[in-house]
Amino acid sequence: MKMVIAYVRHEAFEPIRTELLSLGFPSLSISEVKGSGRQKGITERYRGAELTNYLRPKVKIECVVATKDLMTIVDTVLKHGRTGAVGDGKVFILPVEEAYRIRTGESGEETLQAHPDAATAAAS
Amino acid sequence: MRRTTLGRGALAAIAVLLALPAGALAQDGPSLEALVSEVNVTWVLVGTVLVFFMQAGFAFLEIGFSRGKNAGMGIAKILVNFSVASIVWWAFGFAIAFGGGGWLAGDTGFLFQFGRELDGSVATGETASFFIFQFMFCAVSLAIVWGTTLERMKFAAYVPFAIVFSGVIYPLIAHWGFGGGLFAEIGSGVQDFAGSSVVHLTGAAAALAAVMLLGPRKGKFGADGKPRAIPGHNMPLFGLGVLILWLGWFGFNGASTLGTADNRFAEVIAVTNLGAAGGVIGAMIIGRLLQRTMDIGMIGNGAIAGLVSITAPSGYVEFWAAPIIGLVGGMLVVACVLAIEKKLDDPVGALSAHGVAGIWGTLACGIFTSPRLAEYVGVGKEGLVYGGGLEQLGVQGAAVGLTFLTVFTLSFITLGAIKATIGLRVSDEEEDAGLDISEHGMYGYPEQFIPSAELVGYGGGPTATVPPAAVHALATKESPA
Repeated sequence: MKMVIAYVRHEAFEPIRTELLSLGFPSLSISEVKGSGRQKGITERYRGAELTNYLRPKVKIECVVATKDLMTIVDTVLKHGRTGAVGDGKVFILPVEEAYRIRTGESGEETLQAHPDAATAAAS
Repeated sequence: MRRTTLGRGALAAIAVLLALPAGALAQDGPSLEALVSEVNVTWVLVGTVLVFFMQAGFAFLEIGFSRGKNAGMGIAKILVNFSVASIVWWAFGFAIAFGGGGWLAGDTGFLFQFGRELDGSVATGETASFFIFQFMFCAVSLAIVWGTTLERMKFAAYVPFAIVFSGVIYPLIAHWGFGGGLFAEIGSGVQDFAGSSVVHLTGAAAALAAVMLLGPRKGKFGADGKPRAIPGHNMPLFGLGVLILWLGWFGFNGASTLGTADNRFAEVIAVTNLGAAGGVIGAMIIGRLLQRTMDIGMIGNGAIAGLVSITAPSGYVEFWAAPIIGLVGGMLVVACVLAIEKKLDDPVGALSAHGVAGIWGTLACGIFTSPRLAEYVGVGKEGLVYGGGLEQLGVQGAAVGLTFLTVFTLSFITLGAIKATIGLRVSDEEEDAGLDISEHGMYGYPEQFIPSAELVGYGGGPTATVPPAAVHALATKESPA
């Protein structure tokens, strides 16, 4: 199991989420974060005085997947996250030791994506 | 000096009441005529102040319906446009609107001054009160235009349009409707007491031209072409805007009596309030039926629609008709917002609340005008329900058509020219970042967008002002012995 942590532009998130959903990976979390990299800061002006803002807003996506699915996720992020300009963000891959589904107590790779029963449970 | 005049104005009402039975005033005091004039001017100026406050209402309404990244620009926009329009109205707008002349436009009173000629008489203090009161209407009409342009229009495009709109387009329609021009010659006169057509439909017709040339905000329509909600960031601010507009409307309609004669203004204000109440209830009912929710924005739009609907009839209808006119206006606004939303991106519902309700309000005169009030005002005749037939309704319809076509055409040409030269719309990147930061260099809510770590930084933290020795002493004292 691997965890993908991707820092992307806000505009990139919705296409990534839509495509991952259609590929069968609905499980992910996001946080609104601010950070700095090679992207330059922007200067604000408030009644004559300047304030340079080096931390730029990004969306942080976290997603744990089976190792065999890793490159599917990474490719989707790269495909939709890239504009070619400085500030597109980064992707990091971390190993994950174990995963538990809280509702049932199950563990292992099967818990990572939608439960097989979920579709029928939602329909009923 | 000013205090004395105001004091005399305030006392004048009492003085008139006391003096009338006696038949005459003391020879050395101000004449009865002068006192009547002062009472009238006082009321018109109270109305002016109330209508000016509507600018705050429009600002809050628009800002509440915008996203947080476009919250600050509304203030800059309202202040700059109001100021540009103020000067343009003084220089030539007022002359075109009220400078006498033929059916088309006025021809006296340019660069309006005290003592100069305006429409065959010499400008006095009374003329000055009329000048500033009528300007507030122009400013309201201009503020309505921007409702459809939120979150994507260039600041540089506002000013040239404000000049043309407040200098030519609005004055032309005001001349036709209020200044004795074209509308006085249709039938026995168009009934538009405070401007459902002249002010509100005019603003909305220009707003329609603007939204057609601007296009929708990024992300308003999905890939499937269906409209998506872009929720405004602050509903309490929107609600405050609606309530301020409601308050301002008491001056907008109430002072359109242009005086206190026969205490007509009290009736007009009561009718106005009944119309607004009808609008809220109408929007609530239809909103609940069509959307299965008590939509806050729709209820607020219903209040505005009720007020816009009752604007033209406020001087012509009896109390009983006012809630009905407002109710229909409130119902129309919800249905039209939902219909217009499918094709055009109108973030505040200006096309429905000011356009559709403005048309309805103007037509409503042709239905509900009472014979007593048509005769009192001296314009047009009684409406359909009083057996007046369809004649007045037809006259009202002609006014609606003429107003819409003229304003839409002139605005489309003007905005088209601005689009071809300066451009109307900010770039995609600027729109994503928000107009506050891209056009004004600072956010409306800085702490929401700038990390607090950076706001407190720059080596000037609170401890820097405390000498090292004191910090040391403090640390020793607080550490456990």
